[in-house]
Amino acid sequence: MDFGEFLLTNLQQFWNLTGFHNATWQHFVMLAVGLFFIWLAIKKNFEPMLLVPIGFGMLIGNIPFDTTAGLEVGIYEEGSVLNILYNGVSAGWYPPLIFLGIGAMTDFSALIANPKLMLIGAAAQFGIFGAYMVALLLGFAPDQAGAIAIIGGADGPTAIFLSSKLAPNLMGAIAVSAYSYMALVPVIQPPIMRLFTTKNERLIKMKPARAVSQNEKIIFPIVGMLLTCFVVPSGIPLLGMLFFGNLLRECGVCNRLAKTASNALTDIVTILLGMTVGASTQASEFLTTETIGIFALGFMAFIIASTSGVIFVKIFNLFLPKSKKINPLIGNAGVSAVPMSARISNNLGLEYDPNNYLLMHAMGPNVAGVIGSAVAAGVLLGFLA
Amino acid sequence: MRKKIFLLLLIMASCASVMSAQSRRNLRINEVMVQNDSSVVDDYGRHQAWIELFNTTHAPLNIASVFITNNPATLDSTLTSQERKAMMYAVPLGDVNTKIPKRQHIIFWADGQPTLGTFHTNFTLTPGQENWIGVFDADGVTLIDQVTIPADLAPNTSYARVVDGIDAEGSDASAAWEVRDDSKGFPVTPSSNNKIREKNDKIDMFAEKDANGFAMAIMAMGIVFSALLLLCICFYIISKIGERVLRHNRAVSKGTTVAELHPEERKAHDSGEEIAAIAMALHEHLDAHDRESTVLTINKVKRAYSPWSSKIYSLRQLPQK
Repeated sequence: MDFGEFLLTNLQQFWNLTGFHNATWQHFVMLAVGLFFIWLAIKKNFEPMLLVPIGFGMLIGNIPFDTTAGLEVGIYEEGSVLNILYNGVSAGWYPPLIFLGIGAMTDFSALIANPKLMLIGAAAQFGIFGAYMVALLLGFAPDQAGAIAIIGGADGPTAIFLSSKLAPNLMGAIAVSAYSYMALVPVIQPPIMRLFTTKNERLIKMKPARAVSQNEKIIFPIVGMLLTCFVVPSGIPLLGMLFFGNLLRECGVCNRLAKTASNALTDIVTILLGMTVGASTQASEFLTTETIGIFALGFMAFIIASTSGVIFVKIFNLFLPKSKKINPLIGNAGVSAVPMSARISNNLGLEYDPNNYLLMHAMGPNVAGVIGSAVAAGVLLGFLA
Repeated sequence: MRKKIFLLLLIMASCASVMSAQSRRNLRINEVMVQNDSSVVDDYGRHQAWIELFNTTHAPLNIASVFITNNPATLDSTLTSQERKAMMYAVPLGDVNTKIPKRQHIIFWADGQPTLGTFHTNFTLTPGQENWIGVFDADGVTLIDQVTIPADLAPNTSYARVVDGIDAEGSDASAAWEVRDDSKGFPVTPSSNNKIREKNDKIDMFAEKDANGFAMAIMAMGIVFSALLLLCICFYIISKIGERVLRHNRAVSKGTTVAELHPEERKAHDSGEEIAAIAMALHEHLDAHDRESTVLTINKVKRAYSPWSSKIYSLRQLPQK
């Protein structure tokens, strides 16, 4: 072999390794989806903290390369850096860490002050089980249907946690779908809220919530964890971490831990979670008819969840005295998209009455939704795992 | 202080030892073949009687220092621990293979030749008579599991638990066991599950009995509602107790009884608007806060200088041009 031939052979081999040689149209579709997510995040400000890592992860995960070359760079190749980072998703330990941060960030006062609002958070979980029924009708197996239906809980970490256990092959599509619809909550929910409420109902003014003592705030995570985990032990990873984070926040003696959990730790895990979930959406796994079904079901689950929350409040109002009526505009907040859906309740309330601030009232069902979706995930895991 | 640390370490060590012992107690004798003429062969290519153990836990389990025996005399409570240990085969320490992965099996060859390796016991099983097998914890006294193999067990048939690691529900321990002759439905399964799962029964059951998902929706929504309703009731009670305590404390501070407190007075104090207004006024004019990240104190706070706490020494200096 002369020198020229040697150069040519090696350059030929190198060309075979490049993305240009291995690219297929599916790769370009996924790269376009990744770019669309980044555009949505930066230009439209839709959930930038999530969509930027997911979008860029999609770009990383869809760079074409020769999978038979044994380069150990792909997210599904054992031992690769991406694969090691992906372990937090596939083994399901990123979501509980995110829940720790959520717990450390969340003020449960609104819920403690008015415990009956917890039931709105429970009612909105019907979105999950409504979507489960439709997913079964579309021909998904029960475990896959459960994993898809959890999108209705409007909770990205919960969706990832459950799908990693019940349907790992669908996890990429489920996670992207869940986060996409969470970003679209301001678009999806208001029309539903208007459709199912009358003008008079939208004007209902709720009494200001009572002040909650520090002791109650400390007791809440302890009792909450014990009660919910006794009912649904399969929810321990999510519920345990959620309430643990909240205890760190409220106990007043672990400020450093609470700050770390709610800031640095959550940021680190969000980066890793978003990026690896994005990278896991490789064209071969993602561009299937199942993905279209998952997106359609996710959309429907969101609609059912928001509707059931609003309708539940209307039914609940039938049993409440006039002075204690609940504004049904906070019903949508039963999904756990915190605090977006509570903010939507507030904005819509202000649209009809500039003095009707519903934010703190809506935060009650909103954080109850976080607990409710984690409980629902635990139930599905208990039944189907 | 040292005493406290020592006490803490002692508690942690005892907890760790109890946990380790507890996990070893989840070991089960799972399947036994007394006469092996043509079944599986050991690592020397010989047909030997074998005893299969099963780790029932969902975590790896190291069985080093566990004792296995076929001598019922070891049950004699009048014997000392050392006397009992002398009659048993001790699983040696230091072999990485004694760690059984979660829900997995391990086989011991009952060939009476322990020098051939960790998994060769110092006793043999005798065909044609009842064979009692016991597994003891590292103390040589605590019996982890035992089984009596019937005398009429044919050659190449095994005596196995119907479901791996599961004991009988009633007092008759043998109800959990069956004879397996390698015929259809009764396979001999050394180093694998006695009950072979080819599908997820739960999912199949839901697919068959609840094809439209109604039952799941009803059950799951019921559970979600119950969990949150329980929490709701609990906090309703806690808030009522809290209010009562608050009212009592207020009455005590005013030197009156709870009943004498004027209801309107309480109402005024509960008004969110007034509280907000007072808080704003305090904040504006007194620069007061309800919760502080620092502590106000009359004690002199003095931090002695030390190069260890000095930023000059702990920060990197920028290079000077």
